Amino acid sequence: MRAFEYTSPKEKQQAVGLLGRQWNDAEVLAGGSDLLGLMKDDIVHPKRLVNVKDMDELRGISFTPEHGLRIGSLETLIEISQDAQVKQHYPMLAHAAGDAASPQIRNVATIGGNMCQRPRCWWFRNGFGLLATGPDGKSLVPDGDNRYHAILGNEGPAYFVSPSTVAPVLIAYNASIRLFGPNGRRELPLQKFFVVPKTDGEREHDLRPNEIVTDIVVPAPPAGAKVAHYEVRQKEAFDWPYATASVLLQMSGGTVRWARVVLSHVAPVPWVSNEAAQALAGKSIFEQTADAAGQAAVANARSLGRNKHKITLARVAVKRAILQATQGGRA
Amino acid sequence: MPNYQWPSADKRKVIGKRMNRVDGPAKASGRAKYTYDTVRENMLYAHSVRCPHAHAKVTSIDTSAAEKLPGVAAVHVVNGSGKEIFWAGTDVVAVAAVDEPTARDAVRLIKVEYEQLPHLVLDFKEPDLAEAEKSEWYKVAEKATQGDPAAGFQQSEVVHEGHYGSPVITHCCLETHGSIAEWPDSDHMFLHISTQNVPGIGEQVANAIGMPAANVHVHQDHVGGGFGSKLGLDPWGVIVGQLSKKTGKPVKMMLDRKPELETAGCRPSAYARVKVGAKKDGTLLAWESYSWGSGGVGGGGSPPLPYVWKVPNQQKQHVNIVNNIGPARAWRAPNHPQACVLTMCPLDDLAAKLNMDTFDFVKKNIDLLDPRSKIYSEELDVADKLMGWKARWHPRGDKTRGPVKRGLGLALHTWGGRGHSSNCDLSIHPDGSVEVKMGTQDIGTGTRTSILQVAADTLGVAIDNIKLLIGDSDYPRDSASGGSSTIGGVSSATFRAAVDAREQLFAKVAPALNAQPADLEVADGKVRVASSPGRSLSWRDACSKLGAQTITTRGTNPDPDKGDLINSGVGGVQMADVSVDTETGIVKINKMVGVQDCGLVISPKQAESQVLGAMIMGVSYALYEEKVMDQTTGTMLNSNMDTYRLAGLGDVGELVVHLMSGPGYDERGVIGIGEPPTVSPGAAISNAVANAIGVRVPYLPLTPDRVLEALETAQTEGGRA
Repeated sequence: MRAFEYTSPKEKQQAVGLLGRQWNDAEVLAGGSDLLGLMKDDIVHPKRLVNVKDMDELRGISFTPEHGLRIGSLETLIEISQDAQVKQHYPMLAHAAGDAASPQIRNVATIGGNMCQRPRCWWFRNGFGLLATGPDGKSLVPDGDNRYHAILGNEGPAYFVSPSTVAPVLIAYNASIRLFGPNGRRELPLQKFFVVPKTDGEREHDLRPNEIVTDIVVPAPPAGAKVAHYEVRQKEAFDWPYATASVLLQMSGGTVRWARVVLSHVAPVPWVSNEAAQALAGKSIFEQTADAAGQAAVANARSLGRNKHKITLARVAVKRAILQATQGGRA
Repeated sequence: MPNYQWPSADKRKVIGKRMNRVDGPAKASGRAKYTYDTVRENMLYAHSVRCPHAHAKVTSIDTSAAEKLPGVAAVHVVNGSGKEIFWAGTDVVAVAAVDEPTARDAVRLIKVEYEQLPHLVLDFKEPDLAEAEKSEWYKVAEKATQGDPAAGFQQSEVVHEGHYGSPVITHCCLETHGSIAEWPDSDHMFLHISTQNVPGIGEQVANAIGMPAANVHVHQDHVGGGFGSKLGLDPWGVIVGQLSKKTGKPVKMMLDRKPELETAGCRPSAYARVKVGAKKDGTLLAWESYSWGSGGVGGGGSPPLPYVWKVPNQQKQHVNIVNNIGPARAWRAPNHPQACVLTMCPLDDLAAKLNMDTFDFVKKNIDLLDPRSKIYSEELDVADKLMGWKARWHPRGDKTRGPVKRGLGLALHTWGGRGHSSNCDLSIHPDGSVEVKMGTQDIGTGTRTSILQVAADTLGVAIDNIKLLIGDSDYPRDSASGGSSTIGGVSSATFRAAVDAREQLFAKVAPALNAQPADLEVADGKVRVASSPGRSLSWRDACSKLGAQTITTRGTNPDPDKGDLINSGVGGVQMADVSVDTETGIVKINKMVGVQDCGLVISPKQAESQVLGAMIMGVSYALYEEKVMDQTTGTMLNSNMDTYRLAGLGDVGELVVHLMSGPGYDERGVIGIGEPPTVSPGAAISNAVANAIGVRVPYLPLTPDRVLEALETAQTEGGRA
């Protein structure tokens, strides 16, 4: 790990003042479960760390029926998964937060950090840059072992997959993210927070180098909405999923009025599938319609060579999430 | 002459008892100190520049900036200009500094230039034989033939041919490789090292450094996993020795996880095209295999094919791929797990083609398992009861509705496990305390506990009464813990030392009990007259008869004059019960049964624990493990434990262990058990998956992509047919 300056501001204004104008000037330290590994492996090397854990205003979980849920960015995954309000009103969020990574990581990893988590692309993690560039300047992914890489939105140059299993759930709930920077507060739909970098110097979030994540806000789910999150993961113990699907179905009698279907680990961003949502609209749910929605979700998917299985697995994840949502299974 | 045979079952008071591991509390509480935990006064930390290329020549090195960095104590060039590097991650220059961050900073200041050379890191594709014979990347072994393979296949009414294999995996020791060297004076080195070889490693390091072996003192209390990768000399042991000599201070170097996975040992891959033939009644007649595999530049040896089966007509050929991955090292039963996959999977497919239960196929051909036919047959019956095989087995393809299919698979394995050369010094003090000193090591197998059980049983005293000293090269010379050889060596050396010490004690005590030494026995903390147990002395009072004279005896293995205590050659049977989600390709272990023969069992809990650990390791390599290499850059892609995946407790299912013991087994003597139970899981699990889904997934690990591809291929082929 390279030498860095450590700062621990008490106020947000102070914090953004300590952050830099460019990436690598400074990094925000919250749980540190991703950042410290990246620094030890010399993948990122900030000159300064801005510890935000002393800022109490970034904490707290609160819920009102009118305003929905507000989660301070410093809340840990374990705290979120065990919160009574979250469990009652956002069961899919409690499930995803409680099933991510390992108990040790859930105990320290914050929701803000989870949103800002860097990709697990194994070329990126081995020092070949965010876009996995080889010695000849070309991407290493198309000709390499891309078994875990993107099947959607994979036109390049970014082929990695967005690593958060919690973000797609929040997007299915139509969450927004609040940021704070030198010009004050900014709020945007969480879906828009995730962007696809075009160059190695860009990042995969709509976050400026001198902004911090302050809150996640989630509207109250529509009454009677049915939800489920399904993760295709090989191991029970700590493992990255091949694909996940989070669905929220607004029912009208026995049929779907509208739906939100969000996949993750399939594209460089959490992937909102309008195709799957459309396939569900007006339908009553049984195996066939759920599978048709799964098929619609991957209709535009493309294998990079070694990741064809992910197309199947994404489709199954969508189908199973839909079936679980309507069968009242595990949310 | 005392009786040097193991006591009969009715006389065994501590041997064979279910005792807890004596080092358990220290390990569970964190009090146990590993090399990784060890800190010496004024210690420096070493770190190294590692070559990023899989094959390269070092053309220039500039260490000047690093040498000027405050806190840097010494710079040592490991592979100087002109040296050829054969795998990525090879140490080029090492630095010792006052702390780890400074050492790492210094490493970044060193400029090394390389001339890149052509590399190969992949091994999956079947080599074309004609090309392989011409290429420098391949070493083609001679074709080996037995019987008349052509005639064997001609007589075969059913023939099966298929591809099988398992990839390169790593040892992934939880305590990475490393050591601490220091020089108490200018001639002597003291080495703390994470090793399976306390008695031998000092000499290897001494030779590399150019100093007398006698001047190296090695110490280790605990080791966090070796699995065969910590037997021999490592560059890191030499680096700390040299840096420590240069600086006059202790120098520590423990690998990070990345170099551990990249360079500290791998298990060679083994792939094969296998053809097998049998008569309609299941009689196995013929074998043909063309196999290949990679174990780095040194090669990986060839798997012993066909494994355990004496197929009457056979022909085989192996090609070693000489490539630029990290070096192969012994991996728990070297070459056996691969050979087991390459044998038991095609035979299971052949049985399916014969419409036979694999269990019946094995029984039908049991004579071909000579010399262990009887053991395997008995083990199969035990395993059947524990798994409910006969009651639950179904032909290929679970026909129940729904995407999740369940199936059973089995495999057989063997190993040697003869006890190695060992020495034990045992002392009985006049105050009754007992001391056992051996230059062996406990690599996590329960060696401490086993030694104590033998000594306590033989002397009739409680384990708490015995002080055991191991893990130091100054103690009586022992051997490396490899090849499942430790238990045979240490148990017999300890037993002989304890018997001799007991005899000497009897000689001193006999007059006080008005008896002859030969009339005495030890039991329940007493020395007593065997024919008249009332005439006794407490252990302490008996020992007080020694006056000021401590008894010290030396027990040795082998020692042909003092009993036949050990043996070699075991058989084992394992069965797996799995569920496969045919929509996701995810395999879950429901249950595994491991039935294992290992002769006389000294410490059942430790022996069972070896089988349990082996099955867990087996689940890992069957389902998850693979060293993923990138041909373009020559580097390992998954050199981190989030993508180099190991099974967690939730992944291993129910594990049932049965040790074959009692009459017919005990009298064989003690045999090692560390390796054999690691052999079968890959094949047993692969066979269970085939039984569940009706098609073979040819290659380990059985990940969703491979399972789905096998299902898809079968569907396409079925569609065409």
